[in-house]
Amino acid sequence: MLSYTLKRLLMAIPTLLIVITISFFLMRVAPGGPFDGERQLPPEIEANLKAAYHLDEPLPMQYLRYMGNLLEGDFGPSFKYKDFSVTELIMQGFPVSLEIGGLAILLALLVGLPLGIAAAIRRNSTVDYLVMGTALTGIAVPNFVIAPIFALVFGVLLAWLPAGGWNGGAWPNLVLPVVALSIQQIAYIARMMRASMIETLGSHFIRTARAKGLSETEVIWRHAIRPAMLPVVSYLGPAIAGIITGSVVIEQIFGIPGIGRYFVQGALNRDYTLVMGTVVFYGVLIVLMNLIVDLLYSALDPQIRYDD
Amino acid sequence: MFDSRTRRLTACCIPLLLGALSLSAPLSAATLAIGIQGEPASLDSARIGGTTWENDVLGDLFEGLVTLDPAGHYVPGVARSWEVSDDGKTYTFHLRDDADWSDGQPVVAADFVLAFQRLFDPANGAVYANLFYPIGGAEARTKGAADAPPLGVVAVDAKTLEITLERPTPYFTTLLAHIAASPVPAHVVKRYGDAWTQMDHIVTNGAFTPTSWVSHDHIAARKNPEFHAADEVALDGVDYYPVEDRSASLQRFRAGGLDIVRDFSPDRYQWLQDNLPDAVHLAPQLANYYFALNQRDGHPTADKRVREALNLAIRRDVIADKIMGGVVSPASGFVPGGVSHYDAQRMPGLDRPRDERIAQARRLLEDAGYGPDHPLELNLRYSTTEANKRIAVALAAMWQPLGVKTQLINAEGAVHYAELANGNFDVGRASWVADFDDASNFLGILQSGAPKNYGGYRSPAFDALMRAANQETDADARQQLLEQAERQALGDYAMAPIYIDVSRNLVAPDLSGWQDNALNRHLSRWISRGD
Repeated sequence: MLSYTLKRLLMAIPTLLIVITISFFLMRVAPGGPFDGERQLPPEIEANLKAAYHLDEPLPMQYLRYMGNLLEGDFGPSFKYKDFSVTELIMQGFPVSLEIGGLAILLALLVGLPLGIAAAIRRNSTVDYLVMGTALTGIAVPNFVIAPIFALVFGVLLAWLPAGGWNGGAWPNLVLPVVALSIQQIAYIARMMRASMIETLGSHFIRTARAKGLSETEVIWRHAIRPAMLPVVSYLGPAIAGIITGSVVIEQIFGIPGIGRYFVQGALNRDYTLVMGTVVFYGVLIVLMNLIVDLLYSALDPQIRYDD
Repeated sequence: MFDSRTRRLTACCIPLLLGALSLSAPLSAATLAIGIQGEPASLDSARIGGTTWENDVLGDLFEGLVTLDPAGHYVPGVARSWEVSDDGKTYTFHLRDDADWSDGQPVVAADFVLAFQRLFDPANGAVYANLFYPIGGAEARTKGAADAPPLGVVAVDAKTLEITLERPTPYFTTLLAHIAASPVPAHVVKRYGDAWTQMDHIVTNGAFTPTSWVSHDHIAARKNPEFHAADEVALDGVDYYPVEDRSASLQRFRAGGLDIVRDFSPDRYQWLQDNLPDAVHLAPQLANYYFALNQRDGHPTADKRVREALNLAIRRDVIADKIMGGVVSPASGFVPGGVSHYDAQRMPGLDRPRDERIAQARRLLEDAGYGPDHPLELNLRYSTTEANKRIAVALAAMWQPLGVKTQLINAEGAVHYAELANGNFDVGRASWVADFDDASNFLGILQSGAPKNYGGYRSPAFDALMRAANQETDADARQQLLEQAERQALGDYAMAPIYIDVSRNLVAPDLSGWQDNALNRHLSRWISRGD
């Protein structure tokens, strides 16, 4: 297990290197630069700005400089948020996204798994149709529709909760974004859990368990749920990475100071260092999440072992 | 087992829901929550990004030599008085004795000297440096010239500042109210360098001083007790919330989380007027919306007849009333009405009845060699917003009867303006919001080689008039020259003006002290709650 983990971590290095290199050059190929905007700058001021950020150097040189700084853990200064370094922005935004995303995933699991299981056990019943119908709606209605409706209904019309803002992470400010963020995940997880539960319940070892005279509750809880959760777990890896690096839409609509907004603002502003910083961060997170998921596999399914 | 778990789940949800019924803690009654349209790039006047919302924040935190009253008039700030030399080139400012930084240190002339040194230091790449090129040595320093003359900003003594200009600049004192002309605390900058704006170092000399800044969440500022007019500042503090999404800021305003929202979408105007009439503030602004017409060789719009025809066929009233919902007013000139010491000019031919204009436009295009066999083909670039799109579509439709085939190209802001700057367009959307209240701030755009002269308009006559206006010290004579220059550009159909923009603000009805003004600058020191 340990050597497997180490091997995976070592393999991540070239992967990340390729991701960083491609992103670096793709970003530079994109038309428009960090200082193009409504306020067109005189050439000398644009030149000053470019010099300040070493953008006047040849591209390979800039790349080497960036990689060199990265090795020292320095993501560089943000071009657009000059009072913060990229590292500071990520360190400020990530805990926020982590909190919102973590709670959303937790809520999605707490609601999605039981719903999926219930639907699978009572297949083709009213419960099943109700759950699956609702889940389909949850998947079909995108975040950018749900979030403003939540803000309008619970924030403006009923005035139960703030319509936006972070307020240092006070829980009333958390409710709407977390729920809005989890709805799609609840739907996905419920559907996935149902499908895999149905498949598991039809498998031989379940038949054996039933033949041994175990009660249905015992069959489900002791034998079916763990293997049925495998697809959900493999889905969770990238989903968690995605959701805790921020949901752009949710953060934008509820004014949450998470890392997702930096993706969008950074890309729109051609804030090269900020985009690179978030890409690197996201890349590392995906690699780690996938590794954790693979390790979890062996805990859930005794047939999967990572000895070599 | 399943059931008991479900019960437990429900049990932990109930307090969550009950708690939800109580609102989040209300803001302190005398704290103002302003929804600004984005995150400031910096609190350092030499490193700001050039966005309108930086005015809101830095305008409250710092006070320049000149400042603004609630109506947007220029009034003395840190300078209690000043004299101008007879040749109009030397200004001597006398600083207030009671002007202090928030740490109690006095604001001294050296603070302004350092601020201007940093503004023109190439290493800072200050985006507003060129606004202050009238100051002696400013341009050469910004360009990094080795033989740059000494900077024309000198501390005569602690409370006397002398600024020498390259040339007389009648609007110079209005420039000094710009946030880029804010002083910097020399004693703090010397100690911490560029890190002086960090929350544990920063001191300010405005009505408020920042206490915390969570990027993309909020900047909190508290009343500065050392401010010279602190007694007259009613608010305890101001919190600035950057909200890029305009419908999100509207909802937060409706829910009571924001007291002021600095912009709303024009298409919400009617709804707001019906539902929140006391909160809607619409006021003419020193801002225009126009289309640059590319006059470089190889573009059909290089032909003046084509530019005239396109201008004649635009129904500006339809765009203003129908597309923009009557929020803006149609523009027939480049400099918006309302600029001080200036009378709005009109593009020739726009007053005639529509049929005549269309007939004339047809003739002009025919003369220029376009017709059914050889239709005029144009590309029109706009930056992606709903309103821009609708206007672009409307223009294409208005030009269609002339046989013009318009290809619409939209792109996000960074790409759009890069393409415009590269001259890669025939017709391109642009706009300008005044930095200061003077016609030259608009007309300067059309000078040969000006960075924002997207159309590449080159007129020796126009340039000569602008130069003459720059040299002129008499306000009336200067006004004549500037107006003449604009008439020249309008007669050349150098661009296609569309509308004069308005400021769109939402202001909670329980606030007093807010006055709509053409600069759309509102210092929180004038705002209070209740009557």
